[in-house]
Amino acid sequence: MSVWLSQHRDALAAALRRLIAAPLNTLLSLLAIGIALALPASGQMLMSNLLQLASTTTPSPQISIFMKLDANHDAVSRTEKQLKQHSGVSAVKVVTSEQTLARMKMSEGLGDVIDALPKNPFPDAFVVTPHDDRPDAMESLAKELRGLPGVEHVQLDSAWAKRLEALLRLGRTGVNLLAAFLGVGLVAITFNTIRLQVLTHQAEVEVSRLLGATDRFIARPFYYFGLLQGLFGGLVAWLIVFVAAATLRGPVGELANLYGIDFNLVSLGTTDTFLLLAVAGLLGWFGAALSVRQHMRDT
Amino acid sequence: MIRFSQVGKRYPPGLDALSGISFEVNAGELVLIEGHSGAGKSTVLKLIAAMEHPTAGTVLVNNQNVGAMKRAAVPYLRRNLGLVLQDQKLLFDRTSFENVLLPLSIAGFPAREAASRARAALDKVGLLKREKALPVSLSGGEQQRLAIARAVVNRPKLLLADEPTAHLDPHTARDVARIFHDFHQVGVTVLIATYDDALFNLDGARRLVFDHGRLAP
Ligand SMILES: Nc1ncnc2c1ncn2[C@@H]1O[C@H](COP(=O)(O)OP(=O)(O)OP(=O)(O)O)[C@@H](O)[C@H]1O
Ligand SMILES: [Mg+2]
Repeated sequence: MSVWLSQHRDALAAALRRLIAAPLNTLLSLLAIGIALALPASGQMLMSNLLQLASTTTPSPQISIFMKLDANHDAVSRTEKQLKQHSGVSAVKVVTSEQTLARMKMSEGLGDVIDALPKNPFPDAFVVTPHDDRPDAMESLAKELRGLPGVEHVQLDSAWAKRLEALLRLGRTGVNLLAAFLGVGLVAITFNTIRLQVLTHQAEVEVSRLLGATDRFIARPFYYFGLLQGLFGGLVAWLIVFVAAATLRGPVGELANLYGIDFNLVSLGTTDTFLLLAVAGLLGWFGAALSVRQHMRDT
Repeated sequence: MIRFSQVGKRYPPGLDALSGISFEVNAGELVLIEGHSGAGKSTVLKLIAAMEHPTAGTVLVNNQNVGAMKRAAVPYLRRNLGLVLQDQKLLFDRTSFENVLLPLSIAGFPAREAASRARAALDKVGLLKREKALPVSLSGGEQQRLAIARAVVNRPKLLLADEPTAHLDPHTARDVARIFHDFHQVGVTVLIATYDDALFNLDGARRLVFDHGRLAP
Protein backbone atom coordinates (compact mmCIF):
# COMPACT_ATOMS: atom_id res chain seq x y z
CA MET A 1 0.00 0.00 0.00
CA SER A 2 1.33 3.42 -0.87
CA VAL A 3 2.50 5.78 1.86
CA TRP A 4 -0.13 8.29 0.83
CA LEU A 5 -2.94 5.79 1.18
CA SER A 6 -1.77 4.42 4.51
CA GLN A 7 -1.36 7.92 5.94
CA HIS A 8 -4.92 8.74 4.94
CA ARG A 9 -6.13 5.49 6.44
CA ASP A 10 -4.29 6.29 9.66
CA ALA A 11 -5.78 9.80 9.74
CA LEU A 12 -9.26 8.37 9.22
CA ALA A 13 -8.70 5.88 12.01
CA ALA A 14 -7.41 8.65 14.28
CA ALA A 15 -10.50 10.75 13.50
CA LEU A 16 -12.77 7.82 14.35
CA ARG A 17 -10.90 7.24 17.61
CA ARG A 18 -11.28 10.90 18.51
CA LEU A 19 -15.02 10.75 17.78
CA ILE A 20 -15.38 7.69 19.98
CA ALA A 21 -13.11 9.07 22.69
CA ALA A 22 -15.71 11.68 23.71
CA PRO A 23 -19.00 9.87 23.10
CA LEU A 24 -21.23 12.42 24.80
CA ASN A 25 -19.75 15.38 22.91
CA THR A 26 -19.96 13.44 19.68
CA LEU A 27 -23.56 12.49 20.33
CA LEU A 28 -24.54 16.08 21.04
CA SER A 29 -22.77 17.39 17.93
CA LEU A 30 -24.37 14.72 15.78
CA LEU A 31 -27.81 15.55 17.18
CA ALA A 32 -27.29 19.27 16.57
CA ILE A 33 -26.14 18.66 13.00
CA GLY A 34 -28.80 16.00 12.42
CA ILE A 35 -31.67 18.19 13.57
CA ALA A 36 -30.36 21.18 11.63
CA LEU A 37 -30.12 19.12 8.44
CA ALA A 38 -33.43 17.37 9.07
CA LEU A 39 -35.29 20.64 8.49
CA PRO A 40 -34.32 21.19 4.85
CA ALA A 41 -34.26 17.43 4.30
CA SER A 42 -37.85 17.01 5.42
CA GLY A 43 -38.77 20.07 3.37
CA GLN A 44 -37.27 18.33 0.38
CA MET A 45 -39.15 15.16 1.28
CA LEU A 46 -42.47 17.03 1.44
CA MET A 47 -41.73 18.80 -1.85
CA SER A 48 -41.09 15.60 -3.74
CA ASN A 49 -44.23 14.06 -2.24
CA LEU A 50 -46.24 17.12 -3.31
CA LEU A 51 -44.84 16.94 -6.82
CA GLN A 52 -45.71 13.28 -6.95
CA LEU A 53 -49.22 14.05 -5.72
CA ALA A 54 -49.66 16.88 -8.22
CA SER A 55 -48.60 14.77 -11.16
CA THR A 56 -50.82 11.78 -10.33
CA THR A 57 -54.05 13.26 -9.06
CA THR A 58 -54.77 16.43 -11.01
CA PRO A 59 -57.10 16.01 -13.98
CA SER A 60 -55.85 17.35 -17.28
CA PRO A 61 -56.75 21.03 -17.45
CA GLN A 62 -59.64 22.07 -19.65
CA ILE A 63 -61.19 25.12 -21.28
CA SER A 64 -64.95 25.68 -21.14
CA ILE A 65 -66.62 27.60 -23.99
CA PHE A 66 -70.14 29.00 -23.57
CA MET A 67 -72.10 30.02 -26.68
CA LYS A 68 -74.39 33.04 -26.87
CA LEU A 69 -77.94 32.19 -25.76
CA ASP A 70 -79.35 33.20 -29.14
CA ALA A 71 -76.85 31.18 -31.15
CA ASN A 72 -78.74 28.83 -33.44
CA HIS A 73 -78.04 25.20 -34.08
CA ASP A 74 -76.03 25.89 -37.25
CA ALA A 75 -73.73 28.34 -35.52
CA VAL A 76 -73.11 25.84 -32.74
CA SER A 77 -72.19 23.01 -35.06
CA ARG A 78 -69.98 25.35 -37.10
CA THR A 79 -68.08 26.23 -33.96
CA GLU A 80 -67.84 22.56 -33.01
CA LYS A 81 -66.33 21.79 -36.39
CA GLN A 82 -63.84 24.64 -36.05
CA LEU A 83 -62.79 23.45 -32.61
CA LYS A 84 -62.29 19.90 -33.77
CA GLN A 85 -60.04 21.07 -36.59
CA HIS A 86 -57.99 23.37 -34.41
CA SER A 87 -54.42 22.16 -34.02
CA GLY A 88 -54.13 23.21 -30.38
CA VAL A 89 -57.16 21.16 -29.35
CA SER A 90 -56.93 17.49 -28.56
CA ALA A 91 -60.54 16.70 -27.57
CA VAL A 92 -63.89 18.45 -27.69
CA LYS A 93 -66.92 17.52 -25.66
CA VAL A 94 -70.29 19.07 -26.54
CA VAL A 95 -72.65 19.95 -23.73
CA THR A 96 -75.98 21.08 -25.18
CA SER A 97 -78.26 23.44 -23.35
CA GLU A 98 -80.78 20.59 -23.01
CA GLN A 99 -78.21 18.41 -21.29
CA THR A 100 -77.37 21.17 -18.86
CA LEU A 101 -81.02 21.80 -18.17
CA ALA A 102 -81.61 18.11 -17.49
CA ARG A 103 -78.63 17.92 -15.16
CA MET A 104 -79.73 21.00 -13.26
CA LYS A 105 -83.25 19.64 -12.81
CA MET A 106 -81.76 16.60 -11.10
CA SER A 107 -80.01 18.79 -8.57
CA GLU A 108 -81.71 18.85 -5.26
CA GLY A 109 -83.92 21.86 -4.72
CA LEU A 110 -83.34 23.34 -8.17
CA GLY A 111 -85.96 21.27 -10.02
CA ASP A 112 -88.92 23.45 -9.06
CA VAL A 113 -87.06 26.67 -9.73
CA ILE A 114 -86.09 25.57 -13.19
CA ASP A 115 -89.58 24.30 -14.00
CA ALA A 116 -90.84 27.74 -13.18
CA LEU A 117 -88.60 29.40 -15.76
CA PRO A 118 -90.24 30.46 -19.02
CA LYS A 119 -87.43 29.11 -21.18
CA ASN A 120 -84.11 27.26 -21.01
CA PRO A 121 -81.66 29.73 -19.44
CA PHE A 122 -78.54 27.66 -20.24
CA PRO A 123 -76.31 28.13 -23.27
CA ASP A 124 -74.81 25.42 -25.40
CA ALA A 125 -71.25 24.76 -24.33
CA PHE A 126 -68.03 22.91 -25.21
CA VAL A 127 -65.37 21.48 -22.99
CA VAL A 128 -62.04 21.52 -24.76
CA THR A 129 -58.92 19.62 -23.76
CA PRO A 130 -55.83 21.42 -25.10
CA HIS A 131 -52.75 19.69 -26.49
CA ASP A 132 -50.41 21.85 -24.47
CA ASP A 133 -51.62 22.23 -20.90
CA ARG A 134 -49.00 24.70 -19.69
CA PRO A 135 -50.67 27.81 -18.28
CA ASP A 136 -49.20 30.16 -20.90
CA ALA A 137 -50.22 28.00 -23.83
CA MET A 138 -53.73 27.62 -22.41
CA GLU A 139 -54.02 31.33 -21.93
CA SER A 140 -53.24 32.08 -25.55
CA LEU A 141 -55.52 29.33 -26.81
CA ALA A 142 -58.39 30.72 -24.71
CA LYS A 143 -57.78 34.17 -26.14
CA GLU A 144 -58.03 32.80 -29.64
CA LEU A 145 -61.21 30.89 -28.86
CA ARG A 146 -62.84 34.01 -27.48
CA GLY A 147 -62.69 35.42 -31.02
CA LEU A 148 -64.80 32.65 -32.56
CA PRO A 149 -68.26 33.73 -33.81
CA GLY A 150 -71.16 33.02 -31.48
CA VAL A 151 -68.94 32.58 -28.43
CA GLU A 152 -70.12 34.46 -25.36
CA HIS A 153 -67.61 33.42 -22.73
CA VAL A 154 -64.46 31.34 -22.43
CA GLN A 155 -63.49 30.06 -19.04
CA LEU A 156 -60.02 28.87 -18.37
CA ASP A 157 -59.65 26.45 -15.53
CA SER A 158 -55.88 26.77 -15.38
CA ALA A 159 -55.97 28.97 -12.33
CA TRP A 160 -55.43 25.97 -10.09
CA ALA A 161 -52.37 25.00 -12.15
CA LYS A 162 -50.93 28.46 -11.70
CA ARG A 163 -51.61 28.37 -8.01
CA LEU A 164 -50.03 24.98 -7.63
CA GLU A 165 -47.04 26.07 -9.62
CA ALA A 166 -46.63 29.18 -7.50
CA LEU A 167 -47.02 27.12 -4.35
CA LEU A 168 -44.39 24.64 -5.44
CA ARG A 169 -42.06 27.46 -6.39
CA LEU A 170 -42.52 29.01 -2.98
CA GLY A 171 -41.90 25.67 -1.33
CA ARG A 172 -38.75 25.10 -3.37
CA THR A 173 -37.41 28.56 -2.51
CA GLY A 174 -38.17 27.92 1.15
CA VAL A 175 -36.35 24.60 1.12
CA ASN A 176 -33.34 26.14 -0.62
CA LEU A 177 -33.22 29.01 1.83
CA LEU A 178 -33.47 26.66 4.78
CA ALA A 179 -30.75 24.46 3.30
CA ALA A 180 -28.45 27.45 2.84
CA PHE A 181 -28.95 28.75 6.38
CA LEU A 182 -28.56 25.40 8.04
CA GLY A 183 -25.59 24.56 5.82
CA VAL A 184 -23.89 27.63 7.25
CA GLY A 185 -24.98 26.37 10.67
CA LEU A 186 -23.30 23.04 10.03
CA VAL A 187 -20.07 24.77 9.01
CA ALA A 188 -20.26 26.85 12.20
CA ILE A 189 -20.83 23.80 14.42
CA THR A 190 -17.91 22.00 12.79
CA PHE A 191 -15.71 25.07 13.07
CA ASN A 192 -16.30 25.12 16.80
CA THR A 193 -15.88 21.40 17.47
CA ILE A 194 -12.64 21.39 15.50
CA ARG A 195 -11.43 24.38 17.49
CA LEU A 196 -12.01 22.37 20.67
CA GLN A 197 -10.39 19.34 19.07
CA VAL A 198 -7.26 21.34 18.26
CA LEU A 199 -7.13 22.50 21.88
CA THR A 200 -7.65 18.99 23.20
CA HIS A 201 -4.90 17.62 21.01
CA GLN A 202 -2.45 20.45 21.50
CA ALA A 203 0.18 18.19 23.06
CA GLU A 204 -0.07 15.77 20.19
CA VAL A 205 0.16 18.61 17.66
CA GLU A 206 3.21 20.04 19.37
CA VAL A 207 5.01 16.72 19.72
CA SER A 208 4.21 15.74 16.14
CA ARG A 209 5.71 19.03 14.97
CA LEU A 210 8.91 18.34 16.92
CA LEU A 211 9.11 14.91 15.35
CA GLY A 212 8.95 16.32 11.83
CA ALA A 213 5.24 16.23 10.98
CA THR A 214 4.14 18.53 8.19
CA ASP A 215 1.17 20.85 8.65
CA ARG A 216 -0.78 18.63 6.32
CA PHE A 217 -0.03 15.52 8.35
CA ILE A 218 -1.21 17.23 11.50
CA ALA A 219 -4.33 18.71 9.90
CA ARG A 220 -5.47 15.51 8.23
CA PRO A 221 -7.17 13.81 11.22
CA PHE A 222 -9.05 17.05 11.90
CA TYR A 223 -10.31 17.15 8.32
CA TYR A 224 -11.50 13.58 8.58
CA PHE A 225 -13.09 14.39 11.91
CA GLY A 226 -15.12 17.17 10.24
CA LEU A 227 -16.00 14.92 7.32
CA LEU A 228 -17.15 12.05 9.52
CA GLN A 229 -19.06 14.30 11.88
CA GLY A 230 -20.89 15.86 8.93
CA LEU A 231 -21.56 12.49 7.38
CA PHE A 232 -22.88 10.93 10.58
CA GLY A 233 -24.91 14.08 11.24
CA GLY A 234 -26.38 13.63 7.75
CA LEU A 235 -27.25 10.05 8.66
CA VAL A 236 -29.01 11.27 11.80
CA ALA A 237 -30.97 13.74 9.64
CA TRP A 238 -31.89 10.96 7.25
CA LEU A 239 -33.11 8.86 10.17
CA ILE A 240 -35.21 11.73 11.53
CA VAL A 241 -36.87 12.24 8.15
CA PHE A 242 -37.38 8.51 7.76
CA VAL A 243 -39.07 8.21 11.15
CA ALA A 244 -41.16 11.33 10.51
CA ALA A 245 -42.33 9.99 7.15
CA ALA A 246 -43.17 6.60 8.66
CA THR A 247 -45.10 8.24 11.49
CA LEU A 248 -47.03 10.61 9.23
CA ARG A 249 -47.75 8.07 6.50
CA GLY A 250 -50.90 6.67 8.18
CA PRO A 251 -52.60 9.96 9.13
CA VAL A 252 -51.71 11.64 5.82
CA GLY A 253 -53.04 8.67 3.87
CA GLU A 254 -56.32 8.80 5.80
CA LEU A 255 -56.63 12.53 5.23
CA ALA A 256 -56.00 12.07 1.52
CA ASN A 257 -58.61 9.32 1.43
CA LEU A 258 -61.22 11.75 2.72
CA TYR A 259 -60.58 13.79 -0.42
CA GLY A 260 -60.77 10.67 -2.52
CA ILE A 261 -57.05 10.63 -3.20
CA ASP A 262 -54.89 7.55 -2.87
CA PHE A 263 -51.64 8.84 -1.45
CA ASN A 264 -48.61 7.17 0.09
CA LEU A 265 -46.09 9.46 1.82
CA VAL A 266 -42.55 8.29 1.07
CA SER A 267 -39.23 9.22 2.72
CA LEU A 268 -36.18 10.64 0.89
CA GLY A 269 -35.32 8.93 -2.39
CA THR A 270 -31.89 7.56 -3.30
CA THR A 271 -30.70 10.72 -5.05
CA ASP A 272 -31.86 13.00 -2.25
CA THR A 273 -30.28 10.72 0.36
CA PHE A 274 -26.99 10.64 -1.51
CA LEU A 275 -27.10 14.41 -1.92
CA LEU A 276 -27.85 14.93 1.78
CA LEU A 277 -24.90 12.77 2.88
CA ALA A 278 -22.51 14.22 0.32
CA VAL A 279 -23.34 17.81 1.18
CA ALA A 280 -23.18 17.10 4.92
CA GLY A 281 -19.78 15.45 4.59
CA LEU A 282 -18.38 18.18 2.36
CA LEU A 283 -19.60 20.99 4.60
CA GLY A 284 -18.07 19.18 7.59
CA TRP A 285 -14.75 18.96 5.78
CA PHE A 286 -15.02 22.62 4.79
CA GLY A 287 -15.77 23.75 8.36
CA ALA A 288 -12.81 21.72 9.60
CA ALA A 289 -10.51 23.22 6.98
CA LEU A 290 -11.54 26.74 7.97
CA SER A 291 -11.07 25.97 11.65
CA VAL A 292 -7.69 24.28 11.23
CA ARG A 293 -6.46 27.19 9.16
CA GLN A 294 -7.61 29.58 11.87
CA HIS A 295 -6.48 27.69 14.96
CA MET A 296 -3.35 25.82 14.04
CA ARG A 297 -1.31 28.72 12.77
CA ASP A 298 -0.31 29.78 16.26
CA THR A 299 0.53 26.40 17.75
CA MET B 1 27.86 18.92 10.48
CA ILE B 2 26.94 21.84 12.72
CA ARG B 3 28.42 25.33 12.52
CA PHE B 4 27.52 28.31 14.72
CA SER B 5 28.92 31.66 13.46
CA GLN B 6 28.67 34.66 15.78
CA VAL B 7 25.27 33.46 16.94
CA GLY B 8 23.21 35.60 19.28
CA LYS B 9 19.81 34.85 20.71
CA ARG B 10 17.78 37.52 22.43
CA TYR B 11 14.51 36.45 23.97
CA PRO B 12 11.81 39.05 24.40
CA PRO B 13 11.73 41.44 26.19
CA GLY B 14 15.49 41.81 25.72
CA LEU B 15 17.39 39.14 27.52
CA ASP B 16 20.48 37.86 25.71
CA ALA B 17 20.52 34.11 26.22
CA LEU B 18 23.44 33.72 23.83
CA SER B 19 25.87 36.17 22.30
CA GLY B 20 28.79 35.81 19.90
CA ILE B 21 28.74 32.04 19.86
CA SER B 22 30.92 30.32 17.27
CA PHE B 23 31.75 26.62 17.22
CA GLU B 24 31.72 23.66 14.93
CA VAL B 25 30.75 20.03 15.44
CA ASN B 26 32.02 17.41 13.01
CA ALA B 27 30.14 14.29 12.02
CA GLY B 28 30.62 11.48 14.53
CA GLU B 29 31.63 13.69 17.45
CA LEU B 30 30.32 13.44 21.00
CA VAL B 31 29.92 16.95 22.41
CA LEU B 32 28.93 17.84 25.95
CA ILE B 33 27.30 21.25 26.40
CA GLU B 34 27.85 22.40 29.94
CA GLY B 35 27.25 25.43 32.11
CA HIS B 36 25.21 26.73 35.00
CA SER B 37 21.43 26.88 34.97
CA GLY B 38 20.37 29.63 32.56
CA ALA B 39 23.73 29.61 30.73
CA GLY B 40 22.03 28.96 27.40
CA LYS B 41 22.48 25.19 26.91
CA SER B 42 18.88 24.44 25.95
CA THR B 43 18.87 27.45 23.67
CA VAL B 44 21.78 26.04 21.66
CA LEU B 45 19.92 22.79 21.09
CA LYS B 46 16.68 24.59 20.20
CA LEU B 47 18.50 26.66 17.59
CA ILE B 48 19.84 23.49 15.97
CA ALA B 49 16.36 21.95 15.85
CA ALA B 50 14.83 25.18 14.48
CA MET B 51 12.62 25.46 17.55
CA GLU B 52 14.07 28.94 18.01
CA HIS B 53 15.66 31.28 15.50
CA PRO B 54 18.92 33.15 16.08
CA THR B 55 18.64 36.92 16.39
CA ALA B 56 22.25 37.32 15.18
CA GLY B 57 24.68 35.19 13.17
CA THR B 58 23.95 31.94 11.37
CA VAL B 59 23.36 28.36 12.40
CA LEU B 60 24.21 25.77 9.76
CA VAL B 61 23.11 22.15 10.07
CA ASN B 62 24.24 19.92 7.20
CA ASN B 63 25.08 23.13 5.33
CA GLN B 64 21.51 24.35 5.64
CA ASN B 65 20.91 27.74 7.21
CA VAL B 66 18.46 26.61 9.86
CA GLY B 67 17.63 30.10 11.08
CA ALA B 68 16.43 31.22 7.66
CA MET B 69 14.69 27.98 6.83
CA LYS B 70 11.20 28.09 5.31
CA ARG B 71 8.46 26.78 7.55
CA ALA B 72 7.69 24.02 5.08
CA ALA B 73 11.29 22.72 5.17
CA VAL B 74 11.53 22.41 8.96
CA PRO B 75 9.74 19.03 9.23
CA TYR B 76 12.32 17.42 6.94
CA LEU B 77 15.17 18.80 9.06
CA ARG B 78 13.57 17.36 12.20
CA ARG B 79 13.05 13.93 10.70
CA ASN B 80 16.81 13.65 10.45
CA LEU B 81 17.39 14.60 14.08
CA GLY B 82 16.86 12.68 17.26
CA LEU B 83 15.52 15.05 19.90
CA VAL B 84 15.41 14.36 23.63
CA LEU B 85 14.06 17.49 25.29
CA GLN B 86 14.37 18.60 28.88
CA ASP B 87 10.64 18.01 29.36
CA GLN B 88 10.37 14.84 27.39
CA LYS B 89 7.13 15.64 25.58
CA LEU B 90 5.77 12.12 25.71
CA LEU B 91 2.14 11.61 24.77
CA PHE B 92 0.45 10.39 27.92
CA ASP B 93 -2.63 8.97 26.21
CA ARG B 94 -0.54 6.59 24.12
CA THR B 95 1.35 3.45 25.02
CA SER B 96 5.14 3.29 25.00
CA PHE B 97 4.99 1.47 21.72
CA GLU B 98 2.71 4.09 20.14
CA ASN B 99 4.96 6.89 21.37
CA VAL B 100 7.96 5.32 19.71
CA LEU B 101 5.96 4.55 16.57
CA LEU B 102 4.97 8.18 16.04
CA PRO B 103 8.14 9.45 14.28
CA LEU B 104 7.93 6.51 11.89
CA SER B 105 4.27 7.15 11.02
CA ILE B 106 5.17 10.78 10.44
CA ALA B 107 8.02 9.80 8.13
CA GLY B 108 5.66 7.45 6.28
CA PHE B 109 7.21 4.07 7.08
CA PRO B 110 5.18 1.01 6.08
CA ALA B 111 3.29 -0.29 9.12
CA ARG B 112 5.10 -3.59 9.47
CA GLU B 113 8.60 -2.15 9.17
CA ALA B 114 7.64 0.66 11.54
CA ALA B 115 6.42 -1.81 14.15
CA SER B 116 9.58 -3.90 14.05
CA ARG B 117 11.79 -0.81 14.20
CA ALA B 118 9.81 0.57 17.15
CA ARG B 119 10.24 -2.71 19.02
CA ALA B 120 13.94 -2.73 18.26
CA ALA B 121 14.26 0.80 19.68
CA LEU B 122 12.33 -0.17 22.81
CA ASP B 123 14.53 -3.20 23.19
CA LYS B 124 17.63 -1.03 22.86
CA VAL B 125 16.62 1.02 25.92
CA GLY B 126 15.35 -2.04 27.83
CA LEU B 127 11.65 -1.20 27.61
CA LEU B 128 10.35 -3.89 25.30
CA LYS B 129 8.51 -5.54 28.20
CA ARG B 130 6.70 -2.26 28.86
CA GLU B 131 5.58 -1.61 25.29
CA LYS B 132 1.90 -1.63 26.23
CA ALA B 133 2.36 0.60 29.27
CA LEU B 134 1.18 4.18 29.33
CA PRO B 135 3.92 6.71 30.21
CA VAL B 136 2.26 7.56 33.55
CA SER B 137 2.87 4.03 34.71
CA LEU B 138 6.59 4.30 33.93
CA SER B 139 9.20 5.50 36.39
CA GLY B 140 11.16 8.70 35.72
CA GLY B 141 14.11 6.74 34.35
CA GLU B 142 11.86 4.63 32.18
CA GLN B 143 10.18 7.73 30.78
CA GLN B 144 13.60 9.14 30.02
CA ARG B 145 14.58 5.97 28.20
CA LEU B 146 11.27 5.99 26.32
CA ALA B 147 12.05 9.52 25.13
CA ILE B 148 15.46 8.29 23.95
CA ALA B 149 13.91 5.33 22.14
CA ARG B 150 11.58 7.71 20.32
CA ALA B 151 14.51 9.98 19.42
CA VAL B 152 16.58 7.21 17.87
CA VAL B 153 13.90 5.12 16.21
CA ASN B 154 14.38 7.05 12.94
CA ARG B 155 18.11 6.18 13.07
CA PRO B 156 19.15 9.83 12.91
CA LYS B 157 22.69 10.88 12.11
CA LEU B 158 22.44 13.61 14.73
CA LEU B 159 21.17 13.13 18.27
CA LEU B 160 20.39 16.11 20.55
CA ALA B 161 19.67 15.49 24.23
CA ASP B 162 18.82 18.07 26.88
CA GLU B 163 19.61 16.93 30.44
CA PRO B 164 18.81 13.29 29.73
CA THR B 165 19.98 12.18 33.18
CA ALA B 166 18.32 14.86 35.29
CA HIS B 167 16.36 13.45 38.22
CA LEU B 168 17.80 9.99 37.77
CA ASP B 169 19.58 8.00 40.44
CA PRO B 170 23.31 7.44 39.71
CA HIS B 171 22.77 3.87 38.57
CA THR B 172 19.97 4.67 36.10
CA ALA B 173 21.88 7.75 34.96
CA ARG B 174 24.83 5.52 34.05
CA ASP B 175 22.51 3.23 32.05
CA VAL B 176 21.18 6.19 30.11
CA ALA B 177 24.66 7.58 29.53
CA ARG B 178 25.71 4.22 28.17
CA ILE B 179 22.94 4.31 25.59
CA PHE B 180 24.29 7.58 24.21
CA HIS B 181 27.79 6.18 24.14
CA ASP B 182 26.55 3.22 22.15
CA PHE B 183 25.10 5.57 19.54
CA HIS B 184 28.32 7.51 19.46
CA GLN B 185 30.20 4.28 18.96
CA VAL B 186 28.23 3.47 15.79
CA GLY B 187 28.97 6.88 14.26
CA VAL B 188 26.03 9.03 15.35
CA THR B 189 26.88 12.66 16.12
CA VAL B 190 25.73 13.31 19.70
CA LEU B 191 25.19 16.63 21.50
CA ILE B 192 24.24 16.41 25.15
CA ALA B 193 23.44 19.34 27.41
CA THR B 194 24.22 18.34 30.96
CA TYR B 195 25.64 19.36 34.34
CA ASP B 196 26.72 15.84 34.96
CA ASP B 197 29.90 15.84 32.92
CA ALA B 198 31.56 13.11 34.91
CA LEU B 199 28.89 10.75 33.70
CA PHE B 200 29.55 11.30 30.03
CA ASN B 201 33.20 12.20 30.11
CA LEU B 202 34.34 8.84 28.97
CA ASP B 203 36.03 8.50 25.65
CA GLY B 204 36.84 11.40 23.41
CA ALA B 205 33.94 13.63 24.43
CA ARG B 206 34.48 17.30 23.67
CA ARG B 207 33.18 19.88 26.15
CA LEU B 208 31.64 23.23 25.29
CA VAL B 209 31.23 25.22 28.48
CA PHE B 210 28.75 28.10 28.52
CA ASP B 211 28.72 30.96 30.97
CA HIS B 212 25.97 33.56 30.88
CA GLY B 213 25.38 33.06 27.19
CA ARG B 214 29.05 33.09 26.20
CA LEU B 215 31.33 30.25 25.30
CA ALA B 216 34.11 29.84 27.88
CA PRO B 217 37.56 29.51 26.28
N1 LIG C 1 11.25 31.25 25.75
C1 LIG C 1 12.01 32.08 26.52
N2 LIG C 1 11.60 33.35 26.72
C2 LIG C 1 12.36 34.19 27.46
N3 LIG C 1 13.50 33.84 28.01
C3 LIG C 1 13.95 32.58 27.86
C4 LIG C 1 13.22 31.64 27.08
N4 LIG C 1 13.90 30.47 27.08
C5 LIG C 1 14.99 30.69 27.82
N5 LIG C 1 15.03 31.93 28.27
C6 LIG C 1 16.11 32.53 29.05
O1 LIG C 1 17.34 32.38 28.37
C7 LIG C 1 18.37 32.00 29.24
C8 LIG C 1 18.99 30.71 28.79
O2 LIG C 1 18.02 29.70 28.90
P1 LIG C 1 18.31 28.18 28.60
O3 LIG C 1 17.05 27.43 28.72
O4 LIG C 1 19.04 28.08 27.32
O5 LIG C 1 19.29 27.82 29.81
P2 LIG C 1 19.89 26.42 30.21
O6 LIG C 1 21.38 26.58 30.17
O7 LIG C 1 19.30 25.35 29.42
O8 LIG C 1 19.44 26.31 31.73
P3 LIG C 1 18.99 24.99 32.53
O9 LIG C 1 20.25 24.29 32.87
O10 LIG C 1 18.34 25.54 33.75
O11 LIG C 1 18.09 24.23 31.67
C9 LIG C 1 17.75 31.92 30.63
O12 LIG C 1 18.04 33.11 31.31
C10 LIG C 1 16.27 31.81 30.38
O13 LIG C 1 15.55 32.46 31.40
MG1 LIG D 1 18.02 23.87 29.78
